Amino acid sequence: MLKDVTLGQYFPGKSIIHRLDPRAKIIWLVGYIVALFLVKGWGGYLLMTATLVSFTAIARIGARAMLKGLKPLVFIVAFTGIINLFYGSGEPLVQFWIFTITLDGIKTAIYMVLRIMLLVCGTFLLTYTTSPLQLTDGLERLLSPLNKIKIPVHELSMMMSIALRFIPTLIEETDKIMSAQKARGAGFDTGKLTERAKALIPMLVPLFVSAFRRADELATAMECRCYQGGTGRTRMKQLHFAARDAIALLCCAIIIAAVCVLRHFGL
Amino acid sequence: MPVIRTEGLSHIYSRGTPFEKLAIDNINIDIEAGEFIGIIGHTGSGKSTFIQHLNGLLPPNRGKVIVDDVDIASSKAATRDVRFKVGLVFQYPEYQLFEETVYKDIAFGPKNMGLSSEEIDRRVRAAAGFVGVSEELFELSPLELSGGQKRRVAIAGVIAMEPKVLILDEPTAGLDPAGRESILGNIGYYQRTTGATVLLISHSMDDVARIASRLVVFNEGRIAMDGTPAEVFERAEELTAMGLAVPKATEIALALRRRGIDIPQSVYTTNYLRKLLINLREGDEQC
Amino acid sequence: MDSIIRIENLTFAYGEDFSPAIKNLSLEIERGSFVAILGHNGSGKSTLAKHLNAILIPTEGKVYVNGMDTSLEEHTIDIRRSVGMVFQNPDNQIVASVVEDDVAFAPENLGVPSEEIRQRVDEALKSVGMYDYRLHAPHRLSGGQKQRVAIAGVLAMEPECIVLDEPTAMLDPIGRREVLAAIERLRSKKGMTVILITHHMDECIDADRLIVMSGGKIVADGKPKDVFTQVETMCAEGLAVPETTELIYGLRAAGWDVPLEALRVEECADAIAEFFKKDK
Repeated sequence: MLKDVTLGQYFPGKSIIHRLDPRAKIIWLVGYIVALFLVKGWGGYLLMTATLVSFTAIARIGARAMLKGLKPLVFIVAFTGIINLFYGSGEPLVQFWIFTITLDGIKTAIYMVLRIMLLVCGTFLLTYTTSPLQLTDGLERLLSPLNKIKIPVHELSMMMSIALRFIPTLIEETDKIMSAQKARGAGFDTGKLTERAKALIPMLVPLFVSAFRRADELATAMECRCYQGGTGRTRMKQLHFAARDAIALLCCAIIIAAVCVLRHFGL
Repeated sequence: MPVIRTEGLSHIYSRGTPFEKLAIDNINIDIEAGEFIGIIGHTGSGKSTFIQHLNGLLPPNRGKVIVDDVDIASSKAATRDVRFKVGLVFQYPEYQLFEETVYKDIAFGPKNMGLSSEEIDRRVRAAAGFVGVSEELFELSPLELSGGQKRRVAIAGVIAMEPKVLILDEPTAGLDPAGRESILGNIGYYQRTTGATVLLISHSMDDVARIASRLVVFNEGRIAMDGTPAEVFERAEELTAMGLAVPKATEIALALRRRGIDIPQSVYTTNYLRKLLINLREGDEQC
Repeated sequence: MDSIIRIENLTFAYGEDFSPAIKNLSLEIERGSFVAILGHNGSGKSTLAKHLNAILIPTEGKVYVNGMDTSLEEHTIDIRRSVGMVFQNPDNQIVASVVEDDVAFAPENLGVPSEEIRQRVDEALKSVGMYDYRLHAPHRLSGGQKQRVAIAGVLAMEPECIVLDEPTAMLDPIGRREVLAAIERLRSKKGMTVILITHHMDECIDADRLIVMSGGKIVADGKPKDVFTQVETMCAEGLAVPETTELIYGLRAAGWDVPLEALRVEECADAIAEFFKKDK
C-alpha cells in the first residue's frame, strides 16, 4: 500500500554516478532539464533518451525501479498525452464530434509524454543515487551565497533533510492510524466526496498530534546532541569536487550544445 | 461451533518486491466462544499479521477466515459486519484518539454502526465503566488526559462496539507495573462479566500466564505451540530457544530442578511456586 | 566521593500553576558508577533526568555537572557533551536517513574535524554492535537496533556519562536484551557513568546503586539488594519487587529461613536449595 511508494527513495550503491559530488549532480540535473526544454524534434529526444538510458545503466538502477517510480504519475502523463492529442493543426486524421486528431497532434502528444517521462526519470536518477543528506548538503552549499541576502539556507536544508527522514515514519504511521480507525468502523473509501473529506478527520487529527509530539521530542534530542544551528558545524563527509565531476559537467555542456545544434537543423 | 476459525490462512507482504516476506503460513485454528487466549511471539513472528486478518483488515493471500460460520470474504456485507463482531485494539491505541471530547471518541465506533443515540449512550457509559474511565472525564479533551487514561479511553472505544471477540495488541506496552496491573485487571473483569472472547497479544509472559486460559505461540509465521499455560510452559527450553522470555516463576522452577528439587516444570506463577515449595517441605516432614 | 553530578535542593515545577514535579531533592552521582532510578509514571524521574544535561533548569536549587552550574548558559554545550541522553522512543531521536550520518550528527555540531568524526562514528557503531548496519536506513531497523543507533549517536560525543530514560519501554524482549547488553558493555569496557531510568525491576538488579523515586522525592537509595528487601516500602509506593524477592518474602512469611537478598534467579534457587539441604 502506502509503504510501496518509491518517490524520493535512495538506493545505496557504488557506481561512478553514486560517487559524483552532489553539487555536480544537481547542476547536471538543471542542465539536463534545460536541454530537455530546448529539444524540438525527434533527434533531440533520441539524444536525451539515450543519455538517460546510458546514465541509468551506469548507475546500475534497474529499469523496473525507474518505471515503478513513474506509477503514481501515470494519470498526469496520460492526461497530458490525451490533451495534446487534440491540439494539433494540419490535415485531420480522425474526426468525431468536436474532436479532431491530426498527425501533428499525435506527434506533439508523444513528444510531451516523452518529455515528462524524461524529466521525472532524470530527477529520479538524482534521488536514487544521492543520499538525502548529500542532496541537502549539496543544495546547502550551492545556495550558500543566498545567506548574504539573509535567507537561512542551513535551516532550510536541515528542515528538508529531517522531512525526508520522517516521510517513511509518517507513512507507516498513517497506515497504522487508518487501520485502527477502520477497525472502529470508519470508511475511507466509500461515500460522496464531502463524506470522504469528513472521513479524513479521524486520520488527520491523530497524525498531526503525533507529528507535533515527534517534532517536540526530536527537538529535545537534537539539543541533547549539542545542535546549535549551522555556525561552527563540520561535516563527516566533505564534498570534494573531483576531476570526474568536471567531466560530468562537461558532458552536460556538450549535450546542451548538441541539442542546440539539432534544434538549429529542426531535428 | 467455534466463533472464529481459520483455514490455511497465509499472507505475503510486499509481493514481487525485494522486501517480499511470508508473514504467516498456513494457520489453522479454532477459537471457541468465551475463551481467553494469550498470543505470544516475538516481533516478526506473524502474530500481528494474524490478528489483522481476524477482522478483515488484511485480506488473506490464501485460505479463509470464518467468523460465526460466515466466510468474511464472501460478501461486502460480511466484510463490513466482521469489523463490529471482532473488535481490534492496536498497539499504543491512544494515538488514534481524535474527537473533541472523551465521550465522543468512545462513541465513534458505535456511531459508525448506525445505532440510536440512546443505545450509543448506554454503550459509552458501560464501556467507560469497564476500563475505569469515570464520567467526570467525559467532557474533557482526550489530549488533556494522562498516558494511562488515554489508553483506557481508546480501549473503551472498541469495547463500546460490544464485539463478540475483543483482540488487544500489547495493551500494556510502555506502562509502569501499576498501570499494567490495573489494565489487565480491567480486561479480566470485562471478560468475566460479559463472557466475551478475548485475545491478548503480549511480550510479557508474566502477564499472559496469569490471565489467559489458553496460549498460542507464534514463531516464524506458524503456530509453534497451542495449549494451556501449564502445557506451554512445560516446554520452557523451546520457548527460550525461540527468543521468548518465560515467566520468572518458570525460570526459578527450572533452576530449582537443576538443583535436584522436584518441582514440575509447568509452574508459571510465583504464588503457585511458593505453595508448591511449602507443600514439598511439609511433605518431607511428614515422611 | 569523586562525583560527576551534584544536585542541591532541586525543586522544579513546569509552571507557576503546577505543583512541583521535583521537591527539594539532593543527590550526588559518583563518577564511573551504574545508578538505576526506579519509579512509576509521574514520579518525577524523567524530569530529574532532563536536569542532568541542562534541558531543564531548576526552579530552585542547583545542579552541577563536573562542577559546572547548569543554569549558566555559557556551560550548556560543555555539559551536554559530557552527559549524553537517550530517550524512550528511538524513532524520535534519529535525525538522518542513513545510520552513520545520524551518528555523526553530534560531533558535526561540535565542530570536530572530518577525519576524527569518521573514527568516532565507526567506533561508536562498533561498540553497540551496529557497524554492519552503518549504511542502512533507520526506518528499516528493528526497535532494538534503532535504540542502539541512538546510543551510538550519543557515544560519538564521547561523553563521560550517559543517561538513559526508559530506553527499553517500547522494545520487545529481544530488543530489550540487545540494548541492555550494549549498556553493560559501556560500563564494563569504557568505565562510563551510566544512569538508567526504568520501571523494570530486572534492569536494576546489576546496578551499583538503586534510587527509588515517588512524588518528586527519593524514597529509597542504596544497593539493589538493600532496597528491594524493603518489600513493605516498595509496595507502599505502588512498586513491585522482583519475583525472586516476592517468592522469598512469601517463604519467609511461612517461617523459612531464606536470605531476602537473593535477587538473581540462580542466587534465589541456590538459597532455596541450601535451605532444603539444611532442613533435612
